Amino acid sequence: MAAKNGGPKAEDSGKTAVADTESVRLTVRKAYKMYVGGAFIRSESGRTTQVAEAPGSASKENIPRASRKDGRDAVVAARAAWDGWSARTGYNRGQILYRLAEMLDARADELTKSLVRGGLDPKQAAVEVAATIDRVIAYSGWTDKYQSLFSSLNPVAGPHFNFTSPESMGVVAVVAPARPALLGLAGCILPIIASGNTVVVLASEADPRTSVTFSEALATSDLPGGVVNILTGPVGEVLPHLAKHMEIAALDLHGVDAAISKAAEEQGAGSVKRVRVRSLNEAEWFDAAATESPRWIERFVEMKTIWHPAGQ
Amino acid sequence: MSTKEAASTAPATTAAAKPDAKRPESKAIGMAFGDVWTYAPAPEARDHIKLQAKYDLFIGGKWKAPESKKYFDTISPSTEEKLAEIADASAKDVDLAVQAARTGYEKYWSKLRPLDRGKYLFRIARALQEKARELAIVETMDGGKPIKESRDVDVPLAAAHFFYYAGWADKLEHAFPGRNARALGVAGQVIPWNFPLLMAAWKLAPALAAGNTCVLKPAETTPLTALMLAQIIEEADLPPGVVNIVTGAGATGAALVGHPGVDKVAFTGSTDVGKKIQRALAGTQKKLTLELGGKAANIVFADAALDQAVEGIIGGIFFNQGHVCCAGSRLLVEEGIHEVLIRKLKDRMATIRLGDPLDKNTDIGAINSRMQLDKIRGLVAAGEAEGATRFSAPCVIPDRGYWFAPTLFTGVSQSHRIAREEIFGPVLSVLTFRTPEEAVEKANNTMYGLSAGIWTEKGAKSFWVAQRLRAGVIWANTFNKFDPSSPFGGYKESGFGREGGRQGLLAYLEVD
Repeated sequence: MAAKNGGPKAEDSGKTAVADTESVRLTVRKAYKMYVGGAFIRSESGRTTQVAEAPGSASKENIPRASRKDGRDAVVAARAAWDGWSARTGYNRGQILYRLAEMLDARADELTKSLVRGGLDPKQAAVEVAATIDRVIAYSGWTDKYQSLFSSLNPVAGPHFNFTSPESMGVVAVVAPARPALLGLAGCILPIIASGNTVVVLASEADPRTSVTFSEALATSDLPGGVVNILTGPVGEVLPHLAKHMEIAALDLHGVDAAISKAAEEQGAGSVKRVRVRSLNEAEWFDAAATESPRWIERFVEMKTIWHPAGQ
Repeated sequence: MSTKEAASTAPATTAAAKPDAKRPESKAIGMAFGDVWTYAPAPEARDHIKLQAKYDLFIGGKWKAPESKKYFDTISPSTEEKLAEIADASAKDVDLAVQAARTGYEKYWSKLRPLDRGKYLFRIARALQEKARELAIVETMDGGKPIKESRDVDVPLAAAHFFYYAGWADKLEHAFPGRNARALGVAGQVIPWNFPLLMAAWKLAPALAAGNTCVLKPAETTPLTALMLAQIIEEADLPPGVVNIVTGAGATGAALVGHPGVDKVAFTGSTDVGKKIQRALAGTQKKLTLELGGKAANIVFADAALDQAVEGIIGGIFFNQGHVCCAGSRLLVEEGIHEVLIRKLKDRMATIRLGDPLDKNTDIGAINSRMQLDKIRGLVAAGEAEGATRFSAPCVIPDRGYWFAPTLFTGVSQSHRIAREEIFGPVLSVLTFRTPEEAVEKANNTMYGLSAGIWTEKGAKSFWVAQRLRAGVIWANTFNKFDPSSPFGGYKESGFGREGGRQGLLAYLEVD
C-alpha cells in the first residue's frame, strides 16, 4: 500500500494544512471479512485473494477466499437462522428491512466510495447506491403483501374449506451478479429473504469489497445473524459444494459462467433443488418495475394447500 | 371375490379362536364384519367395451403406425389377459410428434381466439362425461383399480379438470394481473400408471388452456385410457398437432424430455426418474415441473375423533392399492391411543374386500404390474427383516393376477426402510409420538414433502401442526381429497410446481 494512504513517504503529497497533520498520522487499513452467522470472519482456510485498492492502483487489498468449509459453515448458520426468521411476522420482517434501508442510507457515502474504488465513476456509483436503498424500501413493503397476491381460497366442489398460501423454502444459495455489485447483490437477496428464506451468497468477484461494506449495514439493521451470509472468493470453487449440499433448498444463479452453472444444475438435481439461472444486463437491474415484481418473491416460495371438512 | 372369502370364513371373535392357516393373525381381531356378511358378485358389465386389437400413435391429428414398427402388449393386471397391442414410439416418432406440436402451436393454437381455445376444452370435458362408463371400465381393466374408484374418482375428476381449466383460457390476464402472461410453446409431458386418465387431464388441461400444445406420453402399463382420450380429442375436432399422444416405455419418455424442440417438461412419477430428468435438462433453459414421490405422515392425536380417523387412515393408505404418491403411508399415533387405534384398524382391515376390480363391491384391486408387486414384496420383506411386526388382513388372494393383501407394520422406527422409502402399495407403517413437537419432527424427517394428514378435534392445534409440516398438501381431519381448483404438489424431493387451481397455470406460462 503506497504513499497516498499515509505510508512513510506521505509527506511528498501533502499539500494542505490538514494534509500536513495527516501526513504524520498513519492511516488505518481495513481487514475485509466475510459475514457468516452474524459474525465477521476470515476464511477458515486462511486464504485470501487480492483486489486493487482502486482502479489503476498498484496497491492491493486482501479479500477472504472462501473454502468449501466456509460454505458449509454458512449453510449451518443459515439453516439455524431460518426457523426464527421464517416464523417472524411479515410486519416484523418489513420493519427490519426498512431498518436496513436506514442503515444503508447512513452509509451512502461509504458505499459510493467503495463502488468508485471498484471501478465506477462517482456519478454512476451514487445512482447505484440510491437505487439500492430504494430497492430495500420496496421489498420492506412486500413482506406482508405478497401472501395476499399468491394465496387463494379454492372453491372445491364439496363440503371442505380449502386454501393455498405461500411459505418460505429454507436456505437458498445465491450467486450475485458481477455488476452491478451492490444493486445486484441487494436485488437478489431481498426477494428471497422477504418471504422468510435465509441465504448463503457468493458475492461479486469483480467488486467483493462492496459486499463487505453492505454486510456491515446488515449487521446493524436488526437482521438476525445467519439470515444473510456473504462469502467472497471464486464462485467456481464454492458453488459446486453448495449445489450438492442437501440442506439447501434452492439455487439462484446470476450471470454465472455457463459450464459452472450447468454443473450446478446437475448437482442440484441430487436433492431436487429449485434452480433459477439468469443473466440480467446492468440496465435490467436498474429496472425497478421488473426487479421489484412479485415474481421475484414467487420464485422462492412453496405453496401449501390445506383442506378441512366443513360439517357438524 | 366374495365366494372364495366366504368359503374360508373362520370364527375370529375370541382370542381362543383356532388359528387358520390362511389367517395367521385373525385371533387379534375383535370383530368379524367381513366374515359375517358375504357379498354376491356384482361385476360391472364389460361386454359393450370394444377395444381395438392394436393402437397406433396419435400425431398431428392422425393415427400413425410407429416408425419403429414395434408394438408391445398391455395386459390386465387382475387377470394377466392381453388387452391390446400398443405402438412403441421411437426417438424418430417422438421427433415427428414434437414437430407436429410445433406446427400445431404456430399455425393454429397460438392464433386461436382464447375463448375458442376454452370451448375446445369444454368439448373434451363433455365427451369425457358422456363416455364416463366406458372410460371407467377400461381404466379398471388396464390398471387394476376398483371400478368404484375409476367410476367415482378418476373419470369424474378428469372431466372436472378439463371443465375447470377450459374456463381459464380466456382469463389469463386476470389470473396474473399486470404480469403479461404468455404461453411457453410445446410441452412434453410424461405421466405415471396410477391414475392414467386423471394424470393425462392434469397435464393437458392447464397446458392447453394456457395456450401451449402438447406431446403426452402415458405409462407403458396403462396406455388405453390416454388413447381413448386421443379419440375424444379427435372427435372434438381439435386442430391437428395440438395434442399428440406417443406410447412407449422409459426410452420414449427420455426421447421426449430430451427433445430440443420441447420448451417445457412436466413429469409425474418417481423421485429417481425426476432427478434424472432434472439432470438431463441442466443448462437447456427448458421449463420444468416435477411431481414426484411421497412418504406422507398421517398424524393422529389422542383427541381425534377416532372412528373418523380410522376411515381416513384406511382410505389414506389403501385407496388405489396404495399406488398414490400422496398416500398416508406413515401413521404417527399419539402413544396413549396406539393400542386402541391399532385394534380398530385391524378390525377395519378385516372388512376390506380384495378381488376382481370390476366388481362394484371391491375395495382393493390388483397391483398394477408384476414389477410393482415385486417391489412391494421386497420392501415388506425388509420391514420384517428389520424387526417391525407385520399384520396382513385376512383375505384370499385370487389365483391369477398381481395382488397384495392390505398390510400394516407396528413397531416401526424412523430408520427402517418401510418408514423412509416409498412403497407405493397397500402397506402402512405405524410409529408413535408423545408431543406435537415430536410428531412434527418425525413427520418432517423425510426427503419427501408431498402431503400430510392431521387428526385432532382441536382447531388451533391442527393449524399449529399444519403450519409446521413441510408438505404441499395438508389434509386436516380428512385425507386424499382432490379438486381441480385446489393446487397440488410437493416440497423438497417430492418435486416442484403445482397442478390445479390458478397456481397450476404458472407451470405453463411465462409471467413477468
